Amino acid sequence: MSRSAAAAPGLGKDLVGIEHLGARRITSILDTAEPFKEISERRIKKVPTLRGITIVNLFFEASTRTRISFEFAEKRLAADTVNIGASRSSVAKGETLVDTARNLEAMKIDMVVMRHWASGAARFLAERIPSSVINAGDGAHEHPTQALLDMLTLRDHLGAIAGRRVCIVGDVRHSRVARSNIFGLLTLGAEVGVCGPPTLIPPHMSELGVRIFHRIEEAIEWAHALNVLRLQLERMEAGFVPSLREYNRIWGVSRARLAAAPDPLLILHPGPMNRGVEIDSDVADGPHSVILQQVTNGVAVRMAVLYLLAGGRPEKAEAAKAEEVA
Amino acid sequence: MPDQFRIPIMREDAVGRAVARMAREILERNEGTERLALMGIHRRGVQIARLLQDEIERAAGVRVPRGSIDITLYRDDLMAIGPRPVIGESKLPPGGIDNRAVVVVDDVIFTGRTARAAMNELMDWGRASRIYYCALVDRAGRELPIQPDIVGRAVTVLPHQRVDVLVPEIDGVLGVDVVTTSPEAA
Repeated sequence: MSRSAAAAPGLGKDLVGIEHLGARRITSILDTAEPFKEISERRIKKVPTLRGITIVNLFFEASTRTRISFEFAEKRLAADTVNIGASRSSVAKGETLVDTARNLEAMKIDMVVMRHWASGAARFLAERIPSSVINAGDGAHEHPTQALLDMLTLRDHLGAIAGRRVCIVGDVRHSRVARSNIFGLLTLGAEVGVCGPPTLIPPHMSELGVRIFHRIEEAIEWAHALNVLRLQLERMEAGFVPSLREYNRIWGVSRARLAAAPDPLLILHPGPMNRGVEIDSDVADGPHSVILQQVTNGVAVRMAVLYLLAGGRPEKAEAAKAEEVA
Repeated sequence: MPDQFRIPIMREDAVGRAVARMAREILERNEGTERLALMGIHRRGVQIARLLQDEIERAAGVRVPRGSIDITLYRDDLMAIGPRPVIGESKLPPGGIDNRAVVVVDDVIFTGRTARAAMNELMDWGRASRIYYCALVDRAGRELPIQPDIVGRAVTVLPHQRVDVLVPEIDGVLGVDVVTTSPEAA
């Protein structure tokens, strides 16, 4: 990342991933999210910032939390929103992604928030339409807003990201949440570990500078925070994990295991949880769980991203700086 | 920047006298401190509001509640100027603004657009019984039919000049400068 760019970093047109964002942009999003937290506490939870902006939430994969979180963020900024789910739309009739998007463009939209099962779908779309594209998860590639809300939550509780040790536990191999978190945390100077069955840890992890733990006990001893990933049940059918009970016995985050930590660990989970599989209920509901705060922060982070992208054409910002004298 | 120069038009003592008079005008208008609240507009209006709060306390013996407001999200020119990366804290005064006479405190009133945005934001927050607009400096150049109720000093400057209010918390000194940027640069 270049250190010469002195101006406040713009996000550009799209948010496709965390990997190439750089520390200044990530920090700028997190800082922008801070005041947005307060808007959701107001009696009238709405500001007119994105009035007249039309946003399409285009979800080719099922999602409850992420879609609703984006929708709240959009509505609290007074944008107009439309939700499209793939199963009920022309996509089910065989329309291509680009055709779907071009048709939406023809109806004069400003932004697309997209979740897609194919890795790289967000970039593919971003390169083909003039509207801003926000990646709400693409295949096993990235889920940038999830990583941002995880980092915001970590920063709230650990005071900083740099120098803190965060371990991602579970199915790292198939997880876009894990990838986005690893990129973001490393960029901000955290130490990152991953922990899970060898079948679910991709081989190139150590090249990224990530520590690999083969026992959850070692991870707990090392880390300041655990980000516990959801074990997708279809992984078991595919033979990555012998059984859910065995997974819980060896990798499950339990109160007994956490008791061995020198200091209490912060517990994050992107949801939805499989209680009794990757995380036990007394941990999920325990005093060091910040899982619901992640959900609250998710709305603030998404408001920040929408806000920065909506006005974020850097050339306009530059031109206006001269006028800022007024 | 080298291609600009600044002339102080009010120093600390002059600002102090203006604030003292403004505080008394607020008390006169409101007939005392009954249900009065101050709201400083980010950033430097917040400091001016604090000065007014001190001065009102000196004059009337009551510390009136004070809040702050950042109008960035209510601006009408986000798309034109691009987002500001850091938005200040908006905080209601203790007790809220419902049924209160709210004095909105700005450093400089110029186009009137900040005042418009601040009033819209206040109305989303509650129902003030009365809103007063108070600016340390009134600079001509209104683009909206909005006038302040209480003004520290009215100044006339050229289009390529700018009025800077300086406060100790941010700028190290208290005062008002007129800054001239060269017309080519503007």
